[in-house]
Amino acid sequence: MPLIQFREALNQAMCEEMQRDPEVFLIGEEVAEYDGAYKVSRGMLAKFGPQRVVDMPISECGFAGLGLGAALVGLRPIVEFMTFSFSLVALDQLLNNAPKIRYMSGGQFKLPIVFRGISGPGRQLAATHAWSVDALCTHVPGLKVVAPSCPYDAKGLLKTAIRDDDPVVFLESESMYTLRQEVPEQEYLLPFGQADIKRPGGDCTVVAWGQSCVIALEAAEQLHRENGLEVEVVDLRTLRPLDLSRIIQSVRRTGYCVTVEEGYPTCSVGAEIAALVQEKCFDDLDHAVVRVASLDVPMPYSKPLQEHVVPDARRVVQAIQQATYFQG
Amino acid sequence: MSTVAEKNQKLEPAVTQMVDWYRQMLVIRQFELRCSQSYQQQKVGGFCHLYMGQEAVAVGSLAALRPSDYVITAYRDHGHAIARGTGLTALFAELYGRATGCSHGKGGSMHFFDRGKNFFGGHAIVGAHIPLAVGMAWAVKYRAEDRVVACFFGDGAMNQGAFHEALNLAGLFKLPIIFVAENNQYGMGTHVDRASAVPDLKLRTGDAYGIDGKDVDGMDCLAVYRMTRAAAEYCRGGNGAIFLEAKTYRYRGHSMSDPQKYRTKEELARYQEHDPIGRLEEQLKARGALDERKIEALRQEVHAAVEAAHHQAEQEPWPQPDDVWKDVYANPFGPYQL
Ligand SMILES: Cc1ncc(C[n+]2csc(CCOP(=O)(O)OP(=O)(O)O)c2C)c(N)n1
Ligand SMILES: [Mg+2]
Repeated sequence: MPLIQFREALNQAMCEEMQRDPEVFLIGEEVAEYDGAYKVSRGMLAKFGPQRVVDMPISECGFAGLGLGAALVGLRPIVEFMTFSFSLVALDQLLNNAPKIRYMSGGQFKLPIVFRGISGPGRQLAATHAWSVDALCTHVPGLKVVAPSCPYDAKGLLKTAIRDDDPVVFLESESMYTLRQEVPEQEYLLPFGQADIKRPGGDCTVVAWGQSCVIALEAAEQLHRENGLEVEVVDLRTLRPLDLSRIIQSVRRTGYCVTVEEGYPTCSVGAEIAALVQEKCFDDLDHAVVRVASLDVPMPYSKPLQEHVVPDARRVVQAIQQATYFQG
Repeated sequence: MSTVAEKNQKLEPAVTQMVDWYRQMLVIRQFELRCSQSYQQQKVGGFCHLYMGQEAVAVGSLAALRPSDYVITAYRDHGHAIARGTGLTALFAELYGRATGCSHGKGGSMHFFDRGKNFFGGHAIVGAHIPLAVGMAWAVKYRAEDRVVACFFGDGAMNQGAFHEALNLAGLFKLPIIFVAENNQYGMGTHVDRASAVPDLKLRTGDAYGIDGKDVDGMDCLAVYRMTRAAAEYCRGGNGAIFLEAKTYRYRGHSMSDPQKYRTKEELARYQEHDPIGRLEEQLKARGALDERKIEALRQEVHAAVEAAHHQAEQEPWPQPDDVWKDVYANPFGPYQL
């Protein structure tokens, strides 16, 4: 199997779907002539031409709406936000029009559109550029939210997203773009709503997705090596639909649960999972669910400050030790 | 008996003032040369957008304003902060993420702020600060103050909804704002002709929002000064807002990581022939205010000042981890910690 980067997996998914269906097209800032600000759409202009891979002005509200309008009449747009921090000027399209038009019309319309791009803090970009929109988007009924953690999942999930008839928010991460993994050449799709056990273990359940899964796995490896703790990492893959039964099965076995995410802690996805786990597994838990998230502050620029705010493997290790009453 | 000629006379700068502009432009250029080195040495993080090539716009326009006027700009903000008079050490310290930086290490290159100089940032979401300028001008009018607001942004920002809403508001309420579009012809890798239905930017505000649009050679500091001076008089006279398009060019990539395949070396070289610093140098030589000896002395002085600020900034203290909790609120209620 060829070893490819996360960004190539996304590129392959888009190319395969565009080859398969002439109604799929890609729009966004710098996606065509520049090959994508983060090179995700490299070569796609040459492959599909300027009618299907189109550079947009810096008008997120306009082109997010353009995508929705095209979807309303049956096309299947992929809208790239350079990062989801810039989708905030388009939130009315993203959080109001996209999830609600079908419902308000009594089901007369499908909105087969994918909004994709980077979510989460980059390297020292400061407060306005560091949004994790996971919780914001997952909050809204009518949207589907996907957050892959590895190239294999990214490809299979993006293909499913493009074929899905509902608006899908597809969250990527700058630091993950260069992750490499072997990905099969033959076609495959991954279903929404199926979490994946990225590492089995019986001592503690860690629930993560996207970039947070990468650090959860690092922490699990460290605890295995240093403390002999066997941590089970449940990668949600999609936040909506949420594979609650997979989480419950795991927590029933381990008795402990830790959530890991990059976004703000207040009203976060981790908060939602903690609430659900205590509802469904109250008698199975031997400790309260412990949440790892960003500190509850806007992202600072200065390097040591950002490092203090963003969760890392060290914080996940501490959380697991706390949750399992581990005595060094 | 105020004739047009007399009025124009009044708008002319003294030669000593022009020598100071020259010095300011040298400072900005030198600051950014050092900045780009420091970036390569990873002393600067995040996105860093250099202003090289555009110096005449910030220097010429801000020279036409008063310290009491309000200034706000986008993320390509080094030139504006320097022209506004913020100390170089505080700017380097910000780039280096230090506690004594002009934004206490919270902002970085894209978010220079200096309340004391009426410099309101440094804003990194394209177009998002333009409505803020409208609100600042609203406050000026509300309090019947004698101030104007200068709001800088790029050609690309003119395609944001925020720009259009802001201009309508400014036109509707006749607010004292000078909108300065720094048309460096590219928004990242996209040429203005590929992004704007009407690429002649000065035409985009008159009929649409009742705000007169003019353009000016943004590589000519004196021309920018004259235009802004007239614009400021217009705003102070209660006539409402005005729109200036400064035609300029950026020498470096959009940010520090831009392979610049969208333009040719020849195109860049063509603009560098009209370098704003060289241009003013010629004008001042022609007026007898500068000669080679003075130029050399000025260059050395500027170089020394920039190096001293950079070295000082490297000695400045790092912020402490607990500083992340500081300045979230004006009336804090204590940290909520997981
Ligand atoms: C809303 C939003 N969309 C996209 C970006 C990413 N971005 C940063 S600068 C830039 C180009 C802006 O071009 P222009 O307004 O011409 O200013 P210049 O960089 O040329 O000074 C883009 C697309 C952003 N910061 N904010
Ligand atoms: Mg520009």
